[in-house]
Amino acid sequence: MSFFDELGQYLGSASNREQIVDTLAEHCYLALLPLVLGIVLAIAIGWLGRAWPRARGVTLVLANLVYTIPSLALFVMIPSLIGTKMLDSINVVVALTLYTAALLVRPVLDALDAVPPAVIASATAMGYRPARRFLTVELPLAVPVLAAGVRVASVSNISLVSVGALIGVGGLGVLFTDGFQREYFSPIVVGIVLTLLLALVVDLLLVLSRRLLTPWDRTTAPVRTEVAV
Amino acid sequence: MLERRAFAADLDYGRAGPSRGEWAMGIEFRGVTKKYPDGTVAVDDLNLTIEDGTITVFVGPSGCGKTTSLRMINRMVEPTSGTILLDGADVRDSDPALLRRGIGYVIQHAGLFPHRTVLSNVATVPLLSGWEKRKARERAAELLETVGLPAELGKRYPAQLSGGQQQRVGVARALAADSPVLLMDEPFSAVDPVVREGLQDELLRLQSQLGKTIVFVTHDIDEAVRLGDKVAVLRVGGRLAQYGTPADVLRHPVDDFVAGFVGKDRGYRGLSFLSAGDVLVEDVPTVRVGSAPGESTDWRLAVNDEGEPRGWLPPSSTVDGDLSESDLLAGGSLYQQGTPIRGALDAALSSPASLGVVVDADGKAIGVVTARQVLDVIENHPQGVTR
Ligand SMILES: Nc1ncnc2c1ncn2[C@@H]1O[C@H](COP(=O)(O)OP(=O)(O)O)[C@@H](O)[C@H]1O
Ligand SMILES: [Mg+2]
Repeated sequence: MSFFDELGQYLGSASNREQIVDTLAEHCYLALLPLVLGIVLAIAIGWLGRAWPRARGVTLVLANLVYTIPSLALFVMIPSLIGTKMLDSINVVVALTLYTAALLVRPVLDALDAVPPAVIASATAMGYRPARRFLTVELPLAVPVLAAGVRVASVSNISLVSVGALIGVGGLGVLFTDGFQREYFSPIVVGIVLTLLLALVVDLLLVLSRRLLTPWDRTTAPVRTEVAV
Repeated sequence: MLERRAFAADLDYGRAGPSRGEWAMGIEFRGVTKKYPDGTVAVDDLNLTIEDGTITVFVGPSGCGKTTSLRMINRMVEPTSGTILLDGADVRDSDPALLRRGIGYVIQHAGLFPHRTVLSNVATVPLLSGWEKRKARERAAELLETVGLPAELGKRYPAQLSGGQQQRVGVARALAADSPVLLMDEPFSAVDPVVREGLQDELLRLQSQLGKTIVFVTHDIDEAVRLGDKVAVLRVGGRLAQYGTPADVLRHPVDDFVAGFVGKDRGYRGLSFLSAGDVLVEDVPTVRVGSAPGESTDWRLAVNDEGEPRGWLPPSSTVDGDLSESDLLAGGSLYQQGTPIRGALDAALSSPASLGVVVDADGKAIGVVTARQVLDVIENHPQGVTR
């Protein structure tokens, strides 16, 4: 039987198709929820890092440490750390949130550092209180630098989710473990293709939303129009 | 040219006429010292009273504590000791954010929010103060007009404006606070000299209508002398070296530091802000181009049918028939009445007749001045000469 016949047969089965859709949905959830949570966490850490410059060094070291913990080890450790069940999808969410945050702490700090001090000073002088200034002036201006980091984190998350299959929660990764156990190629191939597609689509969406969030960033060159100067 | 349009052309604050002093407030520094945590003494025992409705300029070399002094007024920097009174009240008694919403602030490079359009930049303070969006934007549009910017610019982002335009937006944004006090930290130092001069002129014009209490920081003594009703010269270490009118500071520097800072050409520089209002404009015999000049032993000024000066006819010169422009000696520079006296001296010194031609705002010749007369005016005004 050729590979394509096998693939056709695999996709022909309604229960297989249902499994593919379910695992894809789970994959999205497991990769993207932590992405959002991780961004929020990293921004919060970044805010602290700017408020207390002394906390900066420590946060950066911690972030690096977290990122070096192997993902499987983290998936396995988390239940004992926060008291969840071994097969709870929360474990993957928590672990990937930590990774995302760890990955983004430095870009967040860099992005916030890149906001011109004159802009922050003038916001203060206009009468912004610190929290509002952070959310409505500093953060929006950090988006262009931050966006690059978020794209890396999203790809990293989408690929790491599959590792969760080894502890039974892994989105499309479940197709890999299944395929290996049954010596059956089709689910593996479908899993790989869908993971790649998902990463591509999410990346595209991120690029789009970055453009939508920063209309001002495409206008750095003075525009010469009918208005004489 | 856009850069040179009036700041204040169409100003309507719902108040009749200039309101100098009416709603302005004075600022008082009492023994104010600022020592930064690293030990730098940025301001050292500053005592200074800033009168309401005036422009007071803090001037001095870089690092002498100008910015620090300015920022202590709106509590962006807290003094280590001493008190700052705004309209008689200690600024420390006010909530900092609310205090700042009531004080306009313009910064070098404008400090505009790059992610907001020009209009929302200008609307910042009204929005912070809880105005309705529509009302805030209307107000912002009004202010763009006030600072001489076309309404279309409101939709642009700051990066799409020239440096001079950005500074105007910065001024508009500060005016949106509609506050009696305006703090300006080197607002014009990032633009080229020609644009800067235009912005300075317009600030003066605006101030003549608004009568705000303006504290203006610069490291440029020329700018200080041009804009200030009073000038506070600071020296490094944050000490006040001299406080007085520009004429005072230029004429009687209290020590070598101030003398060195105002520069060797301070005498001539002083002329640029003295008014020649008191120079006696003398009559001069005139001849009309296109008519027979007759005879005279005096220098005669040739004018055209509109009364505009065309040149000089030397004493005892003979002309065949009607006077034509080719019979004339080219005149020197013209001095327009009411402009700084430097121009009158230039006119007198550059004239072949040693008589500076004075013209009115329409360019009609109204008389002449001599260099001696100009110098007399200067000598007889030891201080307090108005702009
Ligand atoms: N946040 C700060 N921490 C420590 N030193 C500062 C700080 N801000 C300013 N200084 C120092 O205080 C002095 C006065 O600074 P500043 O008020 O900015 O001067 P100016 O505006 O006249 O150039 C300088 O020596 C400067 O280096
Ligand atoms: Mg400064």
